Amino acid sequence: MTEEKKPFEPTIVGFTCNWCSYRAADMAGTARMKYAPNVRLIRLMCSGRLDPTFVFKAFANGADAVLVSGCHPGDCHYVNQNYKMLRRFNLMRRVLGQMGIEPERLKLLWASAAEGAIFAAEINKFVEQVRELGPLNWNNKNGAAVETPVLQEAAV
Amino acid sequence: MSKPKFAMYWAASCGGCEIAVLNIHEKILDVDANFDVVFWPVAMDAKYKDVEAMEDGSILLTLFNGGIRNDENEHVAKLLRRKSQILVAFGSCANEGCVPGLANFSSIKDVVDTAFSTISTDNPNNIRPMTAYDMPEGTLHIPTMYPVLKTLDQVVDVDYYMPGCPPESHQIAAVIDLVIQVLQGKAELPPKGATIGAGGSTVCDECGRKRNVKTIKEFNRIQMIQPDPELCLLEQGIPCNGPATRSGCNSRCPSAGAQCIGCYGPAEGVVDYGARLVSAFGSVIDSDDPKEIDPILDGLVAPAGQFYRFNLAGSLLRAAKPAWKSGD
Repeated sequence: MTEEKKPFEPTIVGFTCNWCSYRAADMAGTARMKYAPNVRLIRLMCSGRLDPTFVFKAFANGADAVLVSGCHPGDCHYVNQNYKMLRRFNLMRRVLGQMGIEPERLKLLWASAAEGAIFAAEINKFVEQVRELGPLNWNNKNGAAVETPVLQEAAV
Repeated sequence: MSKPKFAMYWAASCGGCEIAVLNIHEKILDVDANFDVVFWPVAMDAKYKDVEAMEDGSILLTLFNGGIRNDENEHVAKLLRRKSQILVAFGSCANEGCVPGLANFSSIKDVVDTAFSTISTDNPNNIRPMTAYDMPEGTLHIPTMYPVLKTLDQVVDVDYYMPGCPPESHQIAAVIDLVIQVLQGKAELPPKGATIGAGGSTVCDECGRKRNVKTIKEFNRIQMIQPDPELCLLEQGIPCNGPATRSGCNSRCPSAGAQCIGCYGPAEGVVDYGARLVSAFGSVIDSDDPKEIDPILDGLVAPAGQFYRFNLAGSLLRAAKPAWKSGD
């Protein structure tokens, strides 16, 4: 009996903002657009709320990639917090690169509430890109990040 | 009545913690007056088998400094855990990996190559350490190195955490005073898992420098500029780790004109030290233009080194991918 080799299905954690990018995802849903099921969306009030801890924790706990999504520059509901996120995003990518994680595993996507189709298409594209990169394989038997409980679980 | 027993051990560390203990000066006599020192390799001769022969839980207080780099470190950590009632992760290495933990950026091969085959190393026969070597008299063993350095609490249960590289002597003296008071029934121990000998807030909180709204257009390395003696260093573009670092050192480095490098580890409530700094540094950059942001970030020459100098092994990611990989 031969076992059919399944394609690698990446696990992606996506952070969206309440006002634009989550609405874009919502719109994609109400319009019955289909997109890859690999991304798990988490809604924040604003992309500026994205604590870099969330991203590192997602990677440490097994995500193959992380998507950060917010309002287009200039459109932020909280004036300029998406710019703040942009600066943190650029810095995070540099840190991840030094940690041996391909910076491409962290993606930034601007999406307005009207851009459901763009949102869906970009997620499909991103899933394919991560599939190309392969699993992050962060955890292994000698030092699995999940081996010991994450400290101060409640404090995030 | 026999005195309660005290032990101190160094695993992957530099020995600075031991010196910090001796730096408490005459207070060391109080340690001797109140404790029977049974195991302290740097100060007295003792063998592992002597510790193994002790009854479980017979040592009252063990200060454990150093990270867990090899199987010998792990063996002694587990041994001392069994023999001790109170095990303290003492100093940055045991708490969060510290500088030895920076090797977690590299695979074992790279670490060994750097130690034995760089241009500045005189090693013509390319001699490398071997974990086992056959001699006519029998086989010799040296400890096996692990792919990554672990913190003490990633290996055994830890009762208290005492951060610092090294812990400040006045903090050590205060902790010793507390333990002696507990022995005399005059005080109670803090709850298990507490951080002792340090403050709960950040270095910035203790820093005497003047603070305004931070907006910076470039990062400067401390050796490149003459910093203003009174103004917040981060405001001057010097990457100071104060915003994420636990207080307890009386803001020593910033007071002396040098940036905080984070030796007291994450402040209370900070889950990932580096992530907190990414957040803080990202906030203070005064630009909304991607074309401008990147050149500013170039001023942070090695961001991961800046953010995880003391904290890599204790961070969420714990090591870089090459280090994890070398354990496959």
